[in-house]
Amino acid sequence: MSQQHDVYYVPSKSQWPIVAAVVMFLTVFGAAHWLNAEPGDTGFGKTVIAIGAVGVLGMFFGWFRSVIKESLAGNYNHQVDTSFRMGMMWFIFSEVMFFGAFFGALFYIRNFSVPWLGGEGHGVLTHQYLYEAYSGSWGVAGGNGPLHVGGAFSVVQPWGLPLLNTLILLTSSVTVTIAHHALRAGHRGRILLFLGLTVLLGATFLYCQAHEYMEAYKELNLTLHSGVYGSTFFMLTGFHGLHVTLGTIMLAVIWCRVLKGHFNKEHHFGFEAVAWYWHFVDVVWLGLFLFVYIL
Amino acid sequence: MTSGSIRTDGAEPGRGLGIKRAVAAALAPMLALCAGIAQANPEPGQLNMTRGVTTWSGEPYFLNNVALGVCVVIGIVVFGAMFIAMFRFRKSRGAVPEKWSHNTTVEIIWTAIPVLILMALAWMATGGLVSFADTTGAQMTIKVTGYQWKWRYDYVDYQGKPVSKVGFMSRLDELSDKTRQLGSGMDPYAVKTGNENTYLLNVDKPLVLPIHTKIRFVITSEDVIHSWWVPAFGWKMDAIPGIVNSAWTNINEAGTYRGQCAELCGQDHGFMPIVVKAVSQEDFNKWLAAQEQANAPAPAATPAAASTAAAPAGHG
Amino acid sequence: MAHEATHDHHDHHHAPQGFFQRWVMSTNHKDIGTLYLVFSLTMFFIGGSFAMVIRAELFKPGLDLVQPYFFNEMTTMHALVMIFGAIMPAFVGLGNWMIPLMIGAPDMALPRMNNLSFWILPFAFALMLSTLFLPGGGPAGGWTMYPPLSLQSSSLAYVVFAIHLMGISSIMGAINIIATILNMRAPGMDLLKMPVFVWSWLITAFLLIAVMPVLAGAVTMLLTDKYFGTSFFNPGGGGDPVLYQHVFWFFGHPEVYIMILPAFGIISEIVPTFARKPIFGYRAMVYAIACIAFLSFIVWAHHMFAVGLPLGADIFFMYATMLIAVPTGVKVFNWVATMWGGSMTFETPMLFAVAFIILFTIGGFSGLMLALVPADFQYHDTYFVVAHFHYVLVTGAAFAIMGGTYYWLPKWTGHMYNEFWGKVHFWCSVVFVNVLFFPQHFLGLAGMPRRIPDYNVAFANFNMISSIGGFLFGASQLIFLGVVVHCAFFARKKAADRVWEGAKGLEWTVPSPAPHHTFEVPPVVRDEELAHGHVDD
Ligand code: HEA
Ligand code: HEA
Ligand code: CUA
Ligand SMILES: [Cu+2]
Repeated sequence: MSQQHDVYYVPSKSQWPIVAAVVMFLTVFGAAHWLNAEPGDTGFGKTVIAIGAVGVLGMFFGWFRSVIKESLAGNYNHQVDTSFRMGMMWFIFSEVMFFGAFFGALFYIRNFSVPWLGGEGHGVLTHQYLYEAYSGSWGVAGGNGPLHVGGAFSVVQPWGLPLLNTLILLTSSVTVTIAHHALRAGHRGRILLFLGLTVLLGATFLYCQAHEYMEAYKELNLTLHSGVYGSTFFMLTGFHGLHVTLGTIMLAVIWCRVLKGHFNKEHHFGFEAVAWYWHFVDVVWLGLFLFVYIL
Repeated sequence: MTSGSIRTDGAEPGRGLGIKRAVAAALAPMLALCAGIAQANPEPGQLNMTRGVTTWSGEPYFLNNVALGVCVVIGIVVFGAMFIAMFRFRKSRGAVPEKWSHNTTVEIIWTAIPVLILMALAWMATGGLVSFADTTGAQMTIKVTGYQWKWRYDYVDYQGKPVSKVGFMSRLDELSDKTRQLGSGMDPYAVKTGNENTYLLNVDKPLVLPIHTKIRFVITSEDVIHSWWVPAFGWKMDAIPGIVNSAWTNINEAGTYRGQCAELCGQDHGFMPIVVKAVSQEDFNKWLAAQEQANAPAPAATPAAASTAAAPAGHG
Repeated sequence: MAHEATHDHHDHHHAPQGFFQRWVMSTNHKDIGTLYLVFSLTMFFIGGSFAMVIRAELFKPGLDLVQPYFFNEMTTMHALVMIFGAIMPAFVGLGNWMIPLMIGAPDMALPRMNNLSFWILPFAFALMLSTLFLPGGGPAGGWTMYPPLSLQSSSLAYVVFAIHLMGISSIMGAINIIATILNMRAPGMDLLKMPVFVWSWLITAFLLIAVMPVLAGAVTMLLTDKYFGTSFFNPGGGGDPVLYQHVFWFFGHPEVYIMILPAFGIISEIVPTFARKPIFGYRAMVYAIACIAFLSFIVWAHHMFAVGLPLGADIFFMYATMLIAVPTGVKVFNWVATMWGGSMTFETPMLFAVAFIILFTIGGFSGLMLALVPADFQYHDTYFVVAHFHYVLVTGAAFAIMGGTYYWLPKWTGHMYNEFWGKVHFWCSVVFVNVLFFPQHFLGLAGMPRRIPDYNVAFANFNMISSIGGFLFGASQLIFLGVVVHCAFFARKKAADRVWEGAKGLEWTVPSPAPHHTFEVPPVVRDEELAHGHVDD
């Protein structure tokens, strides 16, 4: 760790943390109300969510604006930069663990709960006493459990849209890396081009995924209610999609910042953080492609 | 009522492990106090776990005693050393601090010794666990189903033959139920069966079981998770909706054994006791025949099929 | 404006003026640390009040005060408030205050995020506690929130979202602590010269980042199972209620070490100070913490021995769990060895540390007994477990926090607390806490299940003793409040910079009270100032 030890930097007071706490609270408070709304509810919950969500956006805008201003003013020394980097890295690690919970659930369900319900190993008695007709296979044949929750469904074939999406995300990882190299080499035009491409690829991915979801709901009868197959499928791909959305927005913001000339060869933590995030989203997708679609 | 059955030995480990006896003998004096008052149902002032009344229930009891003994010994050594230090090395006694802060030899020793102790404990525990996991060779199967807030018992098979339509619900007895209401003004001490206080530990229909029979339980639930626990049998097993667990017991002595639901299952979790009436095999045969008789003609109101119905959807 | 604001770091010493500015918009680790500590104490009293309701209802057989459902709400809320509101924020508060002082940093690495981490908490707890006033009542399925029971509660969404908020807060707090420790140390403060408290927090922060997201995932699945028709925990749809328990305890077990490792750190600061002798086996202490943290990831199913796991799983988790006794034992032995050959005095912090060592170890012993699967078939979900975890949590975590508070209070306020009343608080606490929790071992062994509002008369005597101990222990905490308030606002006796004769480390080289901004330029750290300056073992 090379540290620059001439003087420490402590940022000034800021109203954004408390604003952030308030708007986050409003969002979830509204959401909880909405989920528990009685029929004929006046829509109080929805209103509060809306206010909260707009607030969250405004908060991010304001907070980052002040950070960018300070950064451009040259206030952040090398040590601050390192702190930011560590912050981002550990944040991504926490995201990995979040996905880990859902992947773990998927593995447990596929390797234990479904086979057991089908009478394997530890599940003989369960099978014998409760679900004698259930054979416990994954996918179309039994992924929605012994009670066929959600009715018969078909699965999304991996070698169509999902494969395309894999290629799109892989390409986007390449383009963002090219943009990064261009940034370090100081080629603004090239950065804008390749970063722009990355944004477009991200958006295309999302479009494809939306399409895939529509098809799943309309034609395959594969829904969130399709037993545990549908649960794991939509929760994993859904949370991933959410992250792609965030990543795309972040990339777009970075594109604008490049346009405004916020970065130079040495100082471009914002860019790198988003690039890391993008790679992380990419890796998660590879896991999904393998474990959710192919296997 | 065999609640007074007194055991003074921590032996009878089922698997006849010599070392267990040796350890038990070594610890006997220390444990005599606790062991001497072990009995089947809770007693006022009871200090230690019950020895239980089944072929296996000695295992947890024995492990408990050994582990407790080991901990007491380690505790005496460690806290003893600490109190000596606190007495000898006080500033007020003019102690001057030493400079050392490290000693590899002792560090290795006090890493190794716990490892050895743990290995011994682990070995004993594994033996008990393996014998518990073996539900083969059962002469009888009982299906236990948990409900909010009562139990259902179905007699599935006995001596290799299926039992037809013997099954019933078992819930908190009326007197306890009245007494337990908030502000009932009734006295819990007045809830008695014979001269035993059975407040919250009595049911309308107990589960009747034969002694000296290896009985397999298959345990499940209809709504939320419950746990079927009779301390005198030495184990508890969760009753999980949509899942069937198994366990077994082989009761040595006739008597009435009381237990409770041991997994939080909602507001009346504290009010779904379990009562097992263990009787001789002859008595049991008679009882079972009478039950079958009674249930045979009418297509009983007890929907035995209900217990094979679906797990409740977890969402609403 | 922007210019002034961004150059705040040039007008150091004095605390900013306005109340709102200072406490709500703070970027100062000391102020934020204070906020955390005050919040934590408040929550300790709220959670303690819930415990008093529990103990009052259990005072004698028969339902006397509350309905069973409300009792379960109390149990659930008591645990959630104590764990997420009292113990964890207290450690974060202590970390905030002391870590920068101990490593020669001016502040936390990411001060604004630090402020956000704190301010999320009051809102999260407002959300959670508000459910007690909802028509359907609050959560009543225990702090573990096992489905399907927890899915029956109409307040589930509130609790899940509150937990999400707490998780975000903890993760950000942990990231901040890691970045501070790894990036903000003064030159000369090598990793292996850091105080053990700092080490314990580094590892704890890692645990937090690793497991809080898993908890978030677990409760999110609850949420979707209840409101969006997924089947994670529904066997009919191919799921399994036990899956929730696996995910929950993958979080839950490291969580209990999150609540004890910083306590180990605090004790490792206090004991050498009052023994006037360096900590014995510094490296072993650090490695032991790391080892415990590692093992904590592979023992989770010891909370699930009664769910009917396959035999192999039971055996694996039993062995892994038992192993934890080894590194923990190393810590206990090293504390004793630190005392051995020292020159001891017994001010209040040291009294708490000594009580910690004994009583935590007793809690650890019962933990070891619980790890033996056949015996756990009997102990599980009885008061024996309740006794176990209150020994490690109350006489472990909470005692360490109290000891740490007495230890550092003079540094924070610049005044000595009242030693006499501190000792009164200690002796009352240590006696009554045992009256409170020791009999619960007997109750559990005799067969009293936990989470029940009423019980057979056979359990009456020990419950009454326990309740009496509980009331007195609770009342004793009013003394604590008194001592702290007195020290902060009314005490006259000035504290020296090096408050305790044997205290070593950077935090004792700055004035008492510590100035609003410390170490504006990196201090030059000399090995002699450090407790572990010359680590040669
Ligand atoms: C700070 C919190 C904390 C800590 C540190 C611990 C520490 C330990 N815990 Fe505990 N535990 C809890 C908090 C904690 N626990 C909570 C909250 C629950 C209940 C959750 C719920 O259901 O609501 C629980 C429940 C719990 C269970 C489940 C019980 C059940 O529900 O059936 C088990 C089972 O194995 C267990 C084991 C252990 C062990 C082996 C340790 C070990 O880490 C202890 C190690 C320490 C020592 C052993 C003492 C010192 C060592 C020596 C002096 C060396 C020599 C010793 C020997 C060789 C014996 N704990
Ligand atoms: C994290 C730490 C923590 C702490 C510090 C405590 C502290 C205490 N706990 Fe807690 N407890 C848990 C964690 C903790 N607990 C957990 C995880 C559970 C499991 C929950 C579950 O099953 O889901 C539990 C469950 C639990 C139960 C079992 C409930 C049940 O199974 O139904 C009981 C019963 O006695 C209990 C009692 C107490 C008491 C008396 C204290 C005391 O130490 C509290 C002392 C503090 C005060 C009393 C507050 C301060 C003083 C005042 C407010 C002044 C006014 C008071 C008087 C004048 C009397 N706790
Ligand atoms: Cu049924 Cu608790
Ligand atoms: Cu644990």
